[in-house]
Amino acid sequence: MEIVATAQASALGEFIQMPRDKIDEVKLAIVEACINAFEHAHTRDDRVHLTFRVGRDEEEGPEFLEVEVLDQGEGFDHSMVDPPSPEKTFHEGKKRGWGLQIIRSLMDSVAITSGDWGTRILMRKYK
Amino acid sequence: MSETCKIAVERRGDVAVFWTDGYINNQGGEEIARQAYAQLESGARALVLNLEKTRIVNSIGISILIEVLEKVMDRKGSLAFCNLTPTIDKTFRIMGLAQYAAIYLTQEEALKAVAATG
Repeated sequence: MEIVATAQASALGEFIQMPRDKIDEVKLAIVEACINAFEHAHTRDDRVHLTFRVGRDEEEGPEFLEVEVLDQGEGFDHSMVDPPSPEKTFHEGKKRGWGLQIIRSLMDSVAITSGDWGTRILMRKYK
Repeated sequence: MSETCKIAVERRGDVAVFWTDGYINNQGGEEIARQAYAQLESGARALVLNLEKTRIVNSIGISILIEVLEKVMDRKGSLAFCNLTPTIDKTFRIMGLAQYAAIYLTQEEALKAVAATG
């Protein structure tokens, strides 16, 4: 499923002439958001909804590619998520749980809203 | 981006060189691990992973590569990566893989470095 989503990101990134390495960053962020949704959200409908937008903040500003990843799962309090670290990964055997950290590191802005209606990750990358 | 990752392996003395082609997710990572453990069992001391034809490695794939790295370290061997895209390089650094495995720009540099550790 995430492969289909990344193909859409590639097409839109190329449309706004985003450099290939930045498109790769968007693609990986989408992959990680989808993995989180499918693994942790326990969605009622077993679906993840993706919306893609291209635009600019101002008329002369840089173009961006924005992706919204929405699930109708259980939701979570992201401030309570134990942040991963290389030390925990290598010395405590906690190798998973890197998704949000990777998304935040690769995208220019990330907004997470979550509740009993589900989780919405809105992430943006400027060209 | 293809759903599957093709893997080719060539043994050069006690060094096994891996070439990946495609998306490294859980399946791709597990296949690399399977072939890496087979190489270690048959006497390989060092592994070089050339990711020139891979543009995405997800966090599950990286967690499996970390398990491979730990097994190599247990055996006092070495693991080197080369030809990483900037995104993969950045992700390896975020997850700490770069603290424990060497990363080289080219395969030639990686092979020279692991030969020097023998």
